[in-house]
Amino acid sequence: MEPHEIGLTIRKGVKVYPGTLALKNVDFDLHMGAVNVLVGENGAGKSTMMKIVAGVETLTLGEMELFGHPVRFTNKNQAEAAGIGIVFQELNLFPNLSVAENIFIGRERTRGGIDIDRAYQRDETRKLLKRLEHDDIDPGTPVGDLRIGQQQIIEIAKSLAQNTRILILDEPTSALSAAEVDILFRVIRDLKADGVGIVYISHRLEELVRIGDYITVLRDGAVTGARSMEGIDVAWIVRNMIGGASKDFPKTDVLEFGPEVFRAEDVTLPRPGGGYTVDHVSMGVRRGEILGVYGLMGAGRSEFFECVMGQHPHCGGRFFVEGKPVKERTVAGRIGRGLALIPENRKQDGLIEILSIRENITLSSLKDFTRFFHMNLAAEARAAAEYVRELSIKIASLENPVSSLSGGNQQKVVVSKALMTRPKVLLMDEPSRGIDIGAKAEMFRTMRKLTAEGLGIVFITSDLEEVMALSDRILVMADGRITGEFDAGTVTSEQLVAASSPGKSKARKDILEETAP
Amino acid sequence: MNSASVTKPKESGSGALLLLLLKARTFIALILVFAFFAFAVPNFLSGANMIIMSKHVALNALLAIGMTFVIITGGIDLSVGSIVGLCGMVAGWLILNGMDIGLGWTMQFSTIEIMLIVMFVGTFIGLINGLLITKLNVAPFIATLGMLYVARGTALLSSDGQTFPNLNGNPDYGNNTFYLIGAGTLLGVPIMIWMLVVVGCSAAYVANRTPLGRHIYAVGGNERGAALSGVKVDRVKIAVYMFSGFCAALVGLIISSQLVASHPATGNMFELNAIAAAVLGGTSMSGGRGKIAGTIIGAFVIGILSDGLVMMGVSAFWQTVIKGLVIIAAVVVDQAQQKLQARVVLQQQAALND
Repeated sequence: MEPHEIGLTIRKGVKVYPGTLALKNVDFDLHMGAVNVLVGENGAGKSTMMKIVAGVETLTLGEMELFGHPVRFTNKNQAEAAGIGIVFQELNLFPNLSVAENIFIGRERTRGGIDIDRAYQRDETRKLLKRLEHDDIDPGTPVGDLRIGQQQIIEIAKSLAQNTRILILDEPTSALSAAEVDILFRVIRDLKADGVGIVYISHRLEELVRIGDYITVLRDGAVTGARSMEGIDVAWIVRNMIGGASKDFPKTDVLEFGPEVFRAEDVTLPRPGGGYTVDHVSMGVRRGEILGVYGLMGAGRSEFFECVMGQHPHCGGRFFVEGKPVKERTVAGRIGRGLALIPENRKQDGLIEILSIRENITLSSLKDFTRFFHMNLAAEARAAAEYVRELSIKIASLENPVSSLSGGNQQKVVVSKALMTRPKVLLMDEPSRGIDIGAKAEMFRTMRKLTAEGLGIVFITSDLEEVMALSDRILVMADGRITGEFDAGTVTSEQLVAASSPGKSKARKDILEETAP
Repeated sequence: MNSASVTKPKESGSGALLLLLLKARTFIALILVFAFFAFAVPNFLSGANMIIMSKHVALNALLAIGMTFVIITGGIDLSVGSIVGLCGMVAGWLILNGMDIGLGWTMQFSTIEIMLIVMFVGTFIGLINGLLITKLNVAPFIATLGMLYVARGTALLSSDGQTFPNLNGNPDYGNNTFYLIGAGTLLGVPIMIWMLVVVGCSAAYVANRTPLGRHIYAVGGNERGAALSGVKVDRVKIAVYMFSGFCAALVGLIISSQLVASHPATGNMFELNAIAAAVLGGTSMSGGRGKIAGTIIGAFVIGILSDGLVMMGVSAFWQTVIKGLVIIAAVVVDQAQQKLQARVVLQQQAALND
């Protein structure tokens, strides 16, 4: 492989967030005219690093150089002016505006600064879409009418419209169909030939092997491997992602599991465009058992949990707690039956940020302190304080707003709220997301302790090491279906990876077969 | 882990004092306004004036209490002014005409029965607001704006735009005591002030010591999060609009009783004064934050300000301008308080992590 010019470098990059160290002394080289693949588990620092490159965040310490000149972007516009474009995992489009309007948003081509030159914008848009092999999209269509895959293409077109020299794609394929992935890869190859430096972030390892020229592996904010892609296989990536030395996972004391405490049968959730987001999923968990559900983003795992909690009125299927069918349709009713959810998105679903720590902890179990309609505030504060002590939540005062806590402590507040309802089954959606290693280890110890007390836990994770070390049994989900069930003692990471991405395209399957031991 | 430790500024004393001052700002404003007029206006402190002023304030305060709950859930109720008008008309109609139940019979009601019916009407309109907002997903602004027109139109239709005069009632029906709602006193204090005290205390109790109150704050703070925690969001929302309608019905009764007449245009723009009082009292329009006590103090600031300016002989036009400026200033100070408060709390938390 001929050497590629290095366009952008980061040296000794450090990024500190309140409570966590997101990047520790990372070095990163971005090769022009090549695909620079970036992999790592959730929270490893991939997105943080790319946000720094794209000017969304700034480095706390360290230097960044662009073509040999030191740069420091304080906002996205500066990075864009320097030719750096980023396509985020969450799309930033205006669904009510047309394709052309979206592509030129913020830098509309005008006559005299007032009148938008629609014809010009349309023509340019058409040219861009042709280059991206999507000339079937009319520039006048509202973006909201397009499929997710097409919207992704519009995002890429938006970046290209600004003469981008460096293009960052954060998980671009998570919402794409196989055919769209193939088109995207062709587009990437064209861009490469034009000399554009591409950063490609993905969890789908086979995809990386297929498209990448250089690879950088991140783990817990540090670079654990950086080299050219030649001779690299999935096994090597997994090894570097996970590392030899394991995190501190509490080991299972061999325990007898009790009877089945929760069972879901034939759960379905129709997708608006046809098909199923949750496709006939059945699973059961026993007392004292931790069931890990592994899968990639968009596999339907969180939606399954939402069905269990009664969040989707259209969801079909049957649920049983301790063998008795769950007839309640409301969230409160399901909580009453002993189901409790720890949502993936703390800010959005788990906490009422404006309320105090005490009020958040007790929100689901106010009945316990209420006679007729009178609430005993002293009893409430005592109960909240008890959980604060039990889960050793670090707080200055119970009355401070919950938003003042670090991620790990916020998570503990959410867990306290769930535990206070005295659940029989705990559903945890990515319980370790956005919290630092110390807090993670503590969270895992808490989970073990709870199962020892007779709870059944179902937890979702995209972290291979986590699911293998922590679960008693592992289910793998992909495309809304359960694609594998494994015993945690004997499963290998390759088996899990294989089950989590059942060949969307043939090429990928071939690679998998080659690399599987 | 602390390779890049950040030095934390330690400034607690002055910050805490400033925060306390900011928190009590509506109260301080009340004292200042009060002191100013006590000094500037003769007779301002006389007992008679105090009672007249509290009567003025009570009307707005009652509406503002209902409005506060609605705003805390993140909604808005624009229909209260019209409900005041409509409920006044209902009361007037019942006194003058009774209720025709067909077959040539007419039912007549005593004062208490009329009060109950009118309260039911107000609460029922609130229920419709709540159902529109929760079950049919109409934005609160739109739903209650529509109700504003519907209720006002109905009030006008009920009398063809005329006033129902002379609501003196008939001793035979037991409704000749209707005037007492607005004019009667108990232990030397007007009945309507007692009503404010009862409603205000109950509302404050509900807000602080009942699950419903907690749920109201939770829904306003994060609706999704509240729903996932088992809060029945729809029921909470319906309840607050019903309570707001109930408060408006009380005001409708009081006004028609005070005037011994009901006019369909009564209560025009009252909703805006109620919103102003709530905001002045520290209720956040984005929901999740607000106190009943703050709202009542806010209503007093607005009421004393306008009455005092009248007594000073300031023109009505200037009064309007001044009222507007006070509201804007209140919100600006509120923002400053939020920032300072967040900083103080973060410092406490940071000190803990040392």
